[in-house]
Amino acid sequence: MKLDTNSNIYTIIYSVVLVTIVAAGLAFTAISLQPAQDANVRIEKMQNILQSVGIETTSANAEDTYNKFITKQFAVNEKGETVIEGKNEAEKKKVFEINMKLEGKNIADKKSVTLPVYEAILEDGSVKTIIPLRGKGLWGPIWGYISLNEDFNTISGAVFDHKGETPGLGADINTDWFEKQFKGKTLFEGDKMVSVTAHKGGTGAAAALGDTKHGVDAISGGTITSKGLEAMMKDDWLFAYKNFLSKQVKK
Amino acid sequence: MGNNSKLLIGPINLNNPITVQILGICSALAVTVKLMPAIVMGISVTIVTAMGNVIISMLRNSIPSRIRIIVQLLVVAALVIVVDQILKAYVYDISKQLSVFVGLIITNCIIMGRLEAFALGNKPWQSFLDGIGNGGGYALILIIVAFIRELFGSGSVAGFAVFGEKAGENPATGLYSIGYADNGLVILPPMALIVVGVIIWVQRARTRELIED
Repeated sequence: MKLDTNSNIYTIIYSVVLVTIVAAGLAFTAISLQPAQDANVRIEKMQNILQSVGIETTSANAEDTYNKFITKQFAVNEKGETVIEGKNEAEKKKVFEINMKLEGKNIADKKSVTLPVYEAILEDGSVKTIIPLRGKGLWGPIWGYISLNEDFNTISGAVFDHKGETPGLGADINTDWFEKQFKGKTLFEGDKMVSVTAHKGGTGAAAALGDTKHGVDAISGGTITSKGLEAMMKDDWLFAYKNFLSKQVKK
Repeated sequence: MGNNSKLLIGPINLNNPITVQILGICSALAVTVKLMPAIVMGISVTIVTAMGNVIISMLRNSIPSRIRIIVQLLVVAALVIVVDQILKAYVYDISKQLSVFVGLIITNCIIMGRLEAFALGNKPWQSFLDGIGNGGGYALILIIVAFIRELFGSGSVAGFAVFGEKAGENPATGLYSIGYADNGLVILPPMALIVVGVIIWVQRARTRELIED
């Protein structure tokens, strides 16, 4: 008997069988590759945190280096009180795994937040406070880490990254020339937290406006990404740390 | 030239998917700003086209013709997700560079075009060669366009600065110190279309049989 491949029954059975096989195959692939992918994400986060204090690592030595230099990780709320002290491994893990997307939403909704803070002691003995950031770019989330000097005011380093900004334009937020601009900028002007503003107009835009303390040059052609990054340095994220930083800041 | 090698070599030049069949233009515009992502994209598309061709070719006698496009789409989508997951697990850095573009392989017309036009009517081995050939032809054009765009748009090739360092913390060096500037237009998608157009022009000028009356 020749099978009629155009009958309705055949078509329905065929699609059901095919979809089931494909779904099972994909589920298997996703589950079996999940641990390797999670490890990559974790390692990358450690590399980013270390990079913000100027330590370059490879994916192989990132974890050891991280454990050596990052001495404290704790979490604060919007009032600046410590909510997770990070005394033991379990608490540290909890801080490391704080859901940044959710906290970003809490900040926008003015709800209570749990925000991570990292502390590094470098080889020269200086103590840096590292604050993770998360915000919105043009196509998807952008994030970063800024490290502050012991005065809790001067930025000593910044690292940014993104999910899918336009290559050559907005994607340039993770390039050296952009990140280097943040070094030496200050977050406070007197008692007021003003953070960092991205000025439009290409290279030298911030200097032309005389805003050398709190201004950086935005990316030409990456206006929305630059605006998103600026918002992340302000209302979208960093201002939620205002009370925590105000308590510590030395002017 | 044997039939099989014609399947493999043909799409590189005389039957190139981008410059002759005018397929896959969309991603040729999107991923050709930098060379590295273009290379990985070319490889990924080649793998997906070849595997998709083989699978569809093996199923070709059993697929109900009324839902064949959906079946093709399902196979391609599954392959793309697998490629994406593997890149994420084993070559995380490159997967990050490509970001959304890997997912966009699904929408690449070359793949659906080859499945529909070739794999449905040919044996698996021939389909495999056809997939490799078309993926290769696509990759070749992508690499040429990306090379030109990265060179003139960002002043580098695969991330290495060739025209010297741009002014920043340190003063500019090389060509930049005598007033050369990157061409911003080259970064934007229209320039990819112009470059592809120039490639088509050159190819037709050299190969008379491609010129239609």
